[in-house]
Amino acid sequence: MKTKTRSLSKTTRSNLITYGMVVAAYIIVEIFLRAGMVSSLLEGLLVPLCMYVILAVSLNLTVGISGELSLGHAGFMCVGAFTSAFFSRCMETAIPVSGIRFFLAILIGTVCAALFGILIGIPVLRLKGDYLAIVTLAFGEIIKNVVNVVYLGRDSRGFHVSTKDSISLGLEQGGDVIIKGPQGITGTPNDSTFLIGVILILVTLFIVMNLINSRTGRAVMAIRDNRIAAESVGINVTKYKLLAFSVSAALAGTAGVLYAHNLSTLQAQPKNFGYNMSITILVFVVLGGIGNIRGSVIAAVVLTLLPELLRSLNDYRMLIYAVILIATMIFTSSPGGQEIQERIKLFFKHRKTKEA
Amino acid sequence: MALLEVKNLGISFGGLRAVDDFNLTIEQGELYGLIGPNGAGKTTIFNLLTGVYKPTDGYIMLDGENITGKKTIEINRHGIARTFQNIRLFSELSVLDNVKVGLHNHHPYSTLTGILRLPKYYKVEKEMNERAMELLKVFGLDQEADYKASNLPYGQQRKLEIARALATDPKLLLLDEPAAGMNPNETQELMKTIRFVRDEFHMTILLIEHDMKLVSGICERLTVLNFGQILAEGETAAVLNDPKVIAAYLGE
Amino acid sequence: MIGFISYLVNGISLGSVYAIIALGYTMVYGIAKMLNFAHGDVIMIGAFVVFSTVSGAGLPPVVGVLISVVACTLLGMAIERIAYKPLRKASKLAVLITAIGVSYFLQNVALLIYGANTKSFTSVVAIEPISLMDGSLVISGETIVTVIACIIIMIGLMTFMKYSKSGRAMLAVSEDSGAAQLMGVNVNSTIALTFAIGSALAAIAGVLLCSSYPSLTPYTGSMPGIKAFVAAVFGGIGSIPGAFIGGILLGVIEILGKAYISSQLADAIVFAVLIIVLLVKPTGLLGRQIQEKV
Repeated sequence: MKTKTRSLSKTTRSNLITYGMVVAAYIIVEIFLRAGMVSSLLEGLLVPLCMYVILAVSLNLTVGISGELSLGHAGFMCVGAFTSAFFSRCMETAIPVSGIRFFLAILIGTVCAALFGILIGIPVLRLKGDYLAIVTLAFGEIIKNVVNVVYLGRDSRGFHVSTKDSISLGLEQGGDVIIKGPQGITGTPNDSTFLIGVILILVTLFIVMNLINSRTGRAVMAIRDNRIAAESVGINVTKYKLLAFSVSAALAGTAGVLYAHNLSTLQAQPKNFGYNMSITILVFVVLGGIGNIRGSVIAAVVLTLLPELLRSLNDYRMLIYAVILIATMIFTSSPGGQEIQERIKLFFKHRKTKEA
Repeated sequence: MALLEVKNLGISFGGLRAVDDFNLTIEQGELYGLIGPNGAGKTTIFNLLTGVYKPTDGYIMLDGENITGKKTIEINRHGIARTFQNIRLFSELSVLDNVKVGLHNHHPYSTLTGILRLPKYYKVEKEMNERAMELLKVFGLDQEADYKASNLPYGQQRKLEIARALATDPKLLLLDEPAAGMNPNETQELMKTIRFVRDEFHMTILLIEHDMKLVSGICERLTVLNFGQILAEGETAAVLNDPKVIAAYLGE
Repeated sequence: MIGFISYLVNGISLGSVYAIIALGYTMVYGIAKMLNFAHGDVIMIGAFVVFSTVSGAGLPPVVGVLISVVACTLLGMAIERIAYKPLRKASKLAVLITAIGVSYFLQNVALLIYGANTKSFTSVVAIEPISLMDGSLVISGETIVTVIACIIIMIGLMTFMKYSKSGRAMLAVSEDSGAAQLMGVNVNSTIALTFAIGSALAAIAGVLLCSSYPSLTPYTGSMPGIKAFVAAVFGGIGSIPGAFIGGILLGVIEILGKAYISSQLADAIVFAVLIIVLLVKPTGLLGRQIQEKV
């Protein structure tokens, strides 16, 4: 039993390091902020940074733990962003306390994204590999496109929906158009703060890491490693795949809430909710290590900050991402790359034994 | 009553009759062998018994319950577990976790319990660890519990697959060519392990094997399959001396 | 009615472009068993090469197109050699992520060279439009060339696959690359040839696409690329006639959707078609079933 107690505490310790890293980073940034040593540019990046971390960690649950390549993560983020922003706009006067309102907005955005995750997951998870990737991409694009044609307004008679334009909503005098098609939602209260972002990161990590190290997580990973064997020992494949997928979608929704409440204007565009965003998040996951949660956190932070800090490199940012992505895959997955890895490992082993 | 009763089982793939009029009765605690030349339909029968394929004819009774046409996971819950001809481990999981996945349905707690780390989580995980270590010990794998399954040598991977199958607490264990790729020493050891599993767990075992030493050494009864049909069945020694069987193996 | 017919003609024209791209997709998928996400971006590169040589350097369009085809063929082979070949035995996830990386790479190289501003592409087609029904239905020269090119390419490919030695080697590799290797087929060069042909087709598709829709940016290729994959899946991936039919149908659906339902939802409609096809008949219209062996 000795081996087991040790390995249990090993994962616990590893999780604690991850939490500790996030908290430490928060404290350091806060100190710099108080000391006025953070440029306004960087300060503006803090909430998006939290959003990227949550997105990367949640996508890693699908890609790394469940082993399904989803290219529609931004779609779930879009759902979370729009539902929560809609809620906050409607409730701005009804719930004046921003803390309570934002808490409810987070819940609503998360739950709606989870529902979409289940709805989309049921058909999509029957597919495998490339097909699954392309269909999740398709769903993501559909969500973005549909949001762009929705007009939703409110007057004393209630809500009105149209897919044409604001005028065809037929609002009374003084009616309020909340969702304006491609113009999106304007006037969302800016409730997102760095602190809330960090708290949401910690909650995300708590959910994902505890899920992985539980009976459920083992079932999900077993399905990833060998679906047929998992079925043969009585694992319900559909249930666990769907569970992992919808938790991942829900957390993407949370990130969307954070995003929506950081801007006064929320629009669904290719660059924020299109598949380019999904792929950017995928880059974080791949570079942090597929299946490695702490790696996702670090990769999201480094890859968001680095190009901003090296402003001159900004033009090359995506190019560098692309090269890193290809190089990482070749290094980790090709026979040649694996050989080099083995050699590096051997080299360090030799040095260790020499020192000892 | 027999533990497993298969009557008139058959399946066609398109026009091809892969298995035809297959009958099998296995008593509780028996060690039964299913042999035959390559392509005779042995693995197809395993796939029928475990619900990977749905039979086109016949029925399968396990311990008095009709399990014909049920899904793989339901059949596992009814009490059939198996290993695979080409080893199918959860390669990225640890040896211990492989067995714990096998224990999945017998030590439940909800996903929420797992995420929130409620007391039940710790209690059930402890039970699972203890039970899994017991099983690993039987197969001499307890020292390797923390290894990644794919890092085990071949022989131990086969054993781990059996341990994982046993973790689901089956009534009937199906072994698909357990000695494939093993050297004579490893096969000897495997024979001991299989006997041990039968005696210790009071397990009923049906195995497919090409290694005649293993078959004649441990199987009590045999069925010989050829071209999807039963060629001979009965006591091991008698079947192996049957001229029809010898002819089928050597080719006429 | 005239409106409908003219939409239909536009749909077939766009669909022919999708079909040419889808032919490349389907060949690569059938033979290398990978979704070459970067295929769409090769289209964009092909169009930019023509833009540089014809609009920039003032070469005759035919020469520009030829240079473009050669450049894309070499590019396709280089991509295969550098990025995909080392991953022949890697997981599907690794290959797909690499392909996404290549796609990003090509887009951003084009972005650095040409900038993000939309370039106006001069059509390379010099055929006069045909006027039918007293001028109420006009079929452009681009449409005529595109449709004819598509048909020629499809027939050419089918003949090539059926009668040439390399074509049959391709069929063998797509069936079972291990067995093909044992039978003396050089799998590596067959896959390289597939990429070469697919990329050459992409160059042609790029020129035709930009001749009909003359705005060119580094992102021009990605959406048509994805839609062409949809077309390939629609028709049954791996099937040459399937890619043709799928491409035409998808083009028609897109244009009719734009005209009669909503121009903003046209893409959503195309993707909805993909989802429905994959859920109802995952093998596509003309595809074959592949089952996992236990």
